[in-house]
Amino acid sequence: MVTELGPVIRTRPALAVWKFASCDGCQLTLLDCEDELLGLAECVRIDHFLEMTPSEGADAQRARPAGRGPYDLSLVEGSITTAEDAERIQHVRRISRYLVTIGACATAGGIQALRNFADVDEFVAAVYARPEYIATLETSTAISAHVPVDFELRGCPIDRRQLLEVITAHLAGRRPRIPSHSVCFECKRRGTPCVTVAHGTACLGPVTHAGCGAICPAYGRGCYGCFGPSSRPNLRSMVAQLRRDGMSERDIQRVFRTFNAASPEYAPVPDLAAEEQHGPPA
Amino acid sequence: MSADAEVNGSPPPVPEGLVMGKDGMAVLVDVLIRRGFTVVGPTVRDGAIVLARLLSADELPYGWGVELEAGRYRLRERTDGAAFANAAGPQSWKSFLHPARVREWSADRVEGEVVFTAEPADPPRYAFLGVRPCDLRAIAVQDRVLTGGTYRDPGYEGRRFGTLLIVVECTEPGATCFCVSMGTGPAAGPGYDLVLTEVVDVHGHRFWVRSGSEEGAEILAELPARPADPDTRETARAGVTAAADRMGRTMPEADLRELMAGTLDAPRWDDVAGRCLTCGNCTMVCPTCFCTTTEDVTDLTGDHAERWRLWDSCFDLDFSHLHGGPVRASTRSRYRQWMTHKLGTWYDQFGSSGCVGCGRCIVWCPVGIDITEEAAALHDWTRSGAPAPETEGE
Ligand code: SF4
Ligand code: SF4
Ligand code: SF4
Ligand code: SF4
Repeated sequence: MVTELGPVIRTRPALAVWKFASCDGCQLTLLDCEDELLGLAECVRIDHFLEMTPSEGADAQRARPAGRGPYDLSLVEGSITTAEDAERIQHVRRISRYLVTIGACATAGGIQALRNFADVDEFVAAVYARPEYIATLETSTAISAHVPVDFELRGCPIDRRQLLEVITAHLAGRRPRIPSHSVCFECKRRGTPCVTVAHGTACLGPVTHAGCGAICPAYGRGCYGCFGPSSRPNLRSMVAQLRRDGMSERDIQRVFRTFNAASPEYAPVPDLAAEEQHGPPA
Repeated sequence: MSADAEVNGSPPPVPEGLVMGKDGMAVLVDVLIRRGFTVVGPTVRDGAIVLARLLSADELPYGWGVELEAGRYRLRERTDGAAFANAAGPQSWKSFLHPARVREWSADRVEGEVVFTAEPADPPRYAFLGVRPCDLRAIAVQDRVLTGGTYRDPGYEGRRFGTLLIVVECTEPGATCFCVSMGTGPAAGPGYDLVLTEVVDVHGHRFWVRSGSEEGAEILAELPARPADPDTRETARAGVTAAADRMGRTMPEADLRELMAGTLDAPRWDDVAGRCLTCGNCTMVCPTCFCTTTEDVTDLTGDHAERWRLWDSCFDLDFSHLHGGPVRASTRSRYRQWMTHKLGTWYDQFGSSGCVGCGRCIVWCPVGIDITEEAAALHDWTRSGAPAPETEGE
């Protein structure tokens, strides 16, 4: 079947990649798109991407950390942990038409949000030889806590295909096709026998947002929850199941205290875990 | 229940049949491969008996049994060396007939024109070795859904059309099986090309084989088998009869369709909703669940697009997403959709039950939610003087 279309008018939208408090893994996913990278460079103008810029010379001059903009699409990695970054994200938002956060740090605060549950000064004192040089906020927060975000891409790190889908969808002017159901969907579609049922291995798949393609169960391990909570997770039932799979109250608390520790959906977990271990509060 | 079970319009089976040993099974797989079939059957992988392509009968799960419970599956070694003394595993045959991911078409923009290319339809000719009676019925149920109505699926038809079905009757039901309640097993119903019953006793390890179609009879003629002796036939029949008396689960003695229609407001739905993770595992393992979603993908240039079809589930919020949001947002409404569809509204749509009693949804639910237990609870509720049911949902 052949359908006539008018000529295709293409402009190359300007893309910017920003880094806040993060490990760079998600940005590097973009460079990981080896086969698609040249195609990508033809479709978008990568205007701001420090990871891809030499550290010296004219390019380095051009790629100032603040960037000038405006950018059609900004990919934001990392969480907000300093006062400067809280300012900088406002600037990034102002100069970006469409802002997508990439990864657990940017969408949920990342592993560094463990400080949200403790005293940050104690951490700083324990980690740094000269704590007085460290200026940091008491919490690590998601980008959406500071500015409006157009789309949040989950994962620690994000999935290469999902990143391409987000960019492609943006170029085509459609909604990205990123399902928010559980990892179990992907696990079953892949034909992996469930590790919880077949081996008694604890697995966060039933409450975890799909996206990775259910990698861990395919290698006989339980899901670690890298992609954060799925839509409307039933944590009470999940916690009860983790107990049946042999986890202690502390194990359960800790298994949710990883890359997406500060996800609001996980907030009830400590109470639920305590209740499972000791019975409901009197 | 029987009209929809006619899978192949098979001639009546030869009642006496033949008997062959393990060597016969080896020859069977070779004959099938020589005849050009892609043989799919049970084999041990990842700590479970999965369905996979077989290149030799040696890959069959000789000596493996399973221990099944709600939310629990364990392989167990058997001393008798039987290959089929185990019940339904994590997959069903729908993984092959109605696969989890199918590309439907692709499109390319070539010099300003869009050219659509249909997926080439050259499915392999499958020979399914070791189809359980409940799964034979499940195939018939999916046939009705995907080929028997207004919305035919030519891809399914193509895969289903050349498929040879070799059924194995059950002699070792799992603790989660309830085919007797659903009228689907443990003896084979119609629709098979060949049916086997495995016997292991002092007289040896053997299979009683009958054909149910011309092609089945042709294949049977190629096997090193002798006419079935009365003793083997009797032992085989007795094994299947005994299996019927050892069902792990039963459905309540009630008209399940009426039970579903009459309990839409039962408090039990809230109870199960407290446990259900909405993970979708039950629908994915169910051999009759057929729901899919469509995914259109484009490449970066926008010059190439593909349409994919993926298994979906009524437990996904997006499944019922209409203008403004999901229609079935609560877990209660999603679990109820699943169970009432399986046991009730399936009759209205397709003239049969949507459940064949294989027990997979019970075993593979990570929190062990049991459809027979839920049905029993609903049944108890109606008998304990439940308020007159209102027919509208939430
Ligand atoms: S292994 Fe984990 S992700 Fe896979 S089905 Fe089981 S619980 Fe779900
Ligand atoms: S509803 Fe459960 S027991 Fe019934 S056919 Fe589906 S998976 Fe098997
Ligand atoms: S139970 Fe759900 S997934 Fe299964 S066929 Fe019905 S609507 Fe589809
Ligand atoms: S019934 Fe079990 S398998 Fe099905 S969605 Fe709920 S928790 Fe998952």
